Amino acid sequence: MTDVSDDQRVLEVAGLHRAFGSVQAVHDVSFCLARGGSLGIVGESGSGKTTTARIIVGLERADSGRVLVRGRDRSAAAGRGRGARLERAREVQMVFQDPFLSLDPRVTVGSVLRETLRLHVPEAKADHDRRVEELLDQVGLGAREAGAMPRQLSGGQRQRVAIARALAVEPAVLVLDEAVAALDVSVQAQILNLLADIRQDTGIGYLFITHDLGVVRCVTEDVVVMRHGRIVESGRTAEVLADPQHAYTRLLLDSVPRPGWNPKAIAVARRAL
Amino acid sequence: MTNTLEIDGLRLHLPGAARPVLAGIDLTVGARETVALVGESGSGKSLTSRSVLRLLPPGATTEGRVAVQGQDVLTMDAKQLRQLRTHTAAMIFQDPRAAINPLRRIGDFLTESLRLNADTPAQQADERAVRMLDAVGLGERVLRQYPGQLSGGMLQRVMIASALMGDPALILADEPTTALDVTTQAEVVGLLDDLRERFGTGLLFVTHDLGLAAAISDRVYVMYAGRIAETGPAEALFDRPRHPYTAALLRSTPRLDAPQGRLAAIKGQPPSLKEELTGCPFAARCPFATQACAEELPPHRPVPGEPDRLVACHHSDQLADQLAGSAAHD
Ligand SMILES: Nc1ncnc2c1ncn2[C@@H]1O[C@H](COP(=O)(O)OP(=O)(O)OP(=O)(O)O)[C@@H](O)[C@H]1O
Ligand SMILES: Nc1ncnc2c1ncn2[C@@H]1O[C@H](COP(=O)(O)OP(=O)(O)OP(=O)(O)O)[C@@H](O)[C@H]1O
Ligand SMILES: [Mg+2]
Ligand SMILES: [Mg+2]
Repeated sequence: MTDVSDDQRVLEVAGLHRAFGSVQAVHDVSFCLARGGSLGIVGESGSGKTTTARIIVGLERADSGRVLVRGRDRSAAAGRGRGARLERAREVQMVFQDPFLSLDPRVTVGSVLRETLRLHVPEAKADHDRRVEELLDQVGLGAREAGAMPRQLSGGQRQRVAIARALAVEPAVLVLDEAVAALDVSVQAQILNLLADIRQDTGIGYLFITHDLGVVRCVTEDVVVMRHGRIVESGRTAEVLADPQHAYTRLLLDSVPRPGWNPKAIAVARRAL
Repeated sequence: MTNTLEIDGLRLHLPGAARPVLAGIDLTVGARETVALVGESGSGKSLTSRSVLRLLPPGATTEGRVAVQGQDVLTMDAKQLRQLRTHTAAMIFQDPRAAINPLRRIGDFLTESLRLNADTPAQQADERAVRMLDAVGLGERVLRQYPGQLSGGMLQRVMIASALMGDPALILADEPTTALDVTTQAEVVGLLDDLRERFGTGLLFVTHDLGLAAAISDRVYVMYAGRIAETGPAEALFDRPRHPYTAALLRSTPRLDAPQGRLAAIKGQPPSLKEELTGCPFAARCPFATQACAEELPPHRPVPGEPDRLVACHHSDQLADQLAGSAAHD
């Protein structure tokens, strides 16, 4: 992994543990994300990716371990009050796979964004209309979509709204959990390009969770590979994909369908691991 | 020899749509053949595969012919239709959790349709359930378990076992691995492939994953806005796409063997069902479109020197080199 000096770290996770009953969902997970960097988390279903993400954004507690954003410990200092929660939300925002579930079906897109701004930046009230326009523009939506209800939008448009809402509070880190998994390749390509542009323009950092290695290669600089709650390999994305060191990483790579692919051999290798 | 599935000129209208949702589909699946149906969301892949079991939305009207083992599904009576759905053709859906009642044991779920059809004694149905579970690599004890006790991959294998219960000639798999992770996907695909060979079933595999389609299918149909844009053997079609839409889809896919950096996204969106269409449905998004494309619907034409290939593009022949080059990412 890239060596990141302390003051360049926007997010640092150290020794995270979380168990659900007898299941160790997250076991000693540590990594860091450089300011403006993009870090991927890959791994099979149930490997602990979402649990890790939920701990980072504060939707789930850790049994032990630390999450630092811009060098400050989120769990210790934060506390449980409303002010503290808003402050945490401003630092790290999350975008989910299915934006439909996280958007209120009765509220127009413009109102969703205005609502978010009212909650997080009430002091700048006068500028909210302009900011809404700016945000929509940033994700490639216009006035027509601003007046639309979520169900009147396509999946790709809804995901743009979810991204705009996350960006509204100008977070330092955006956590994207399978955020492009439900989209068509053509729409997925539009969103991935959009995310690349936003990172370049704003210097925001991404934690990008996906099980698509092609996507990881396209949008991340570093990657961690998780299995059964543990990190089994990590490093520069290009190097990990070109020269995987762990047998599980190799299995993931072999699992990607390609001509001449042998799915039965993969099933055998998986059982042997 | 008759094909396991033969769709000729299938048109499907839905109430409120300004144009047919399926506008003349021709498609075949032979015995032991794996055929992939790919295309963007809303292009009509699911409706095409559901038509084969005549599982159509309310108010839908159809024209054309959909024959499974030579018998036209669209004109069957209720009894024939039940027979078709129990014994001749079976469907596997994307989300096994949505298709299985969580409150009933897997055993009941597997034997249900055989028992309801009253042509199979209960004991025989139970025995078959055990054999089919074994075929998909699951033990007998799963019979007594509930869906909530199984992982997504295991549950999808139960779905496949259930599809096999009536010994079908044809399996329609609608995005059967989209909800699974890559290693589980490999396992499920390997399994389907095994079963296809062992039981001689034809497989229509609906997916929007072009890499997967290329890896598993003998032939591919690329669908756009209710029409087949292009069809052919998988290798030829992905190596040398002849339709600008196929080439564009390939280029927008993030791949492990492509240069890093920005993807070539297709601009715009597929046409809405509220719009009538004249000319080529892809014209508005096509970088090569000319006046003719906007005015005249391109017919399906054979590709010179390539049997089994059809393409619906006015400029396909002139574009051949350009499209093949762009698909190869260089
Ligand atoms: N609230 C919960 N209660 C009990 N077990 C849980 C809970 N959340 C997660 N788990 C378990 O923790 C493990 C890790 O789950 P997690 O959702 O983090 O995996 P994931 O890597 O995101 O998988 P996927 O790719 O399927 O989204 C799994 O075994 C899961 O069943
Ligand atoms: N029950 C229905 N009622 C009305 N319209 C429908 C219905 N089912 C499908 N459609 C419409 O028919 C068109 C084709 O739908 P279909 O589900 O076949 O697409 P698809 O290619 O399977 O897409 P996806 O990749 O999203 O599954 C879409 O425009 C869809 O909105
Ligand atoms: Mg998850
Ligand atoms: Mg579908």
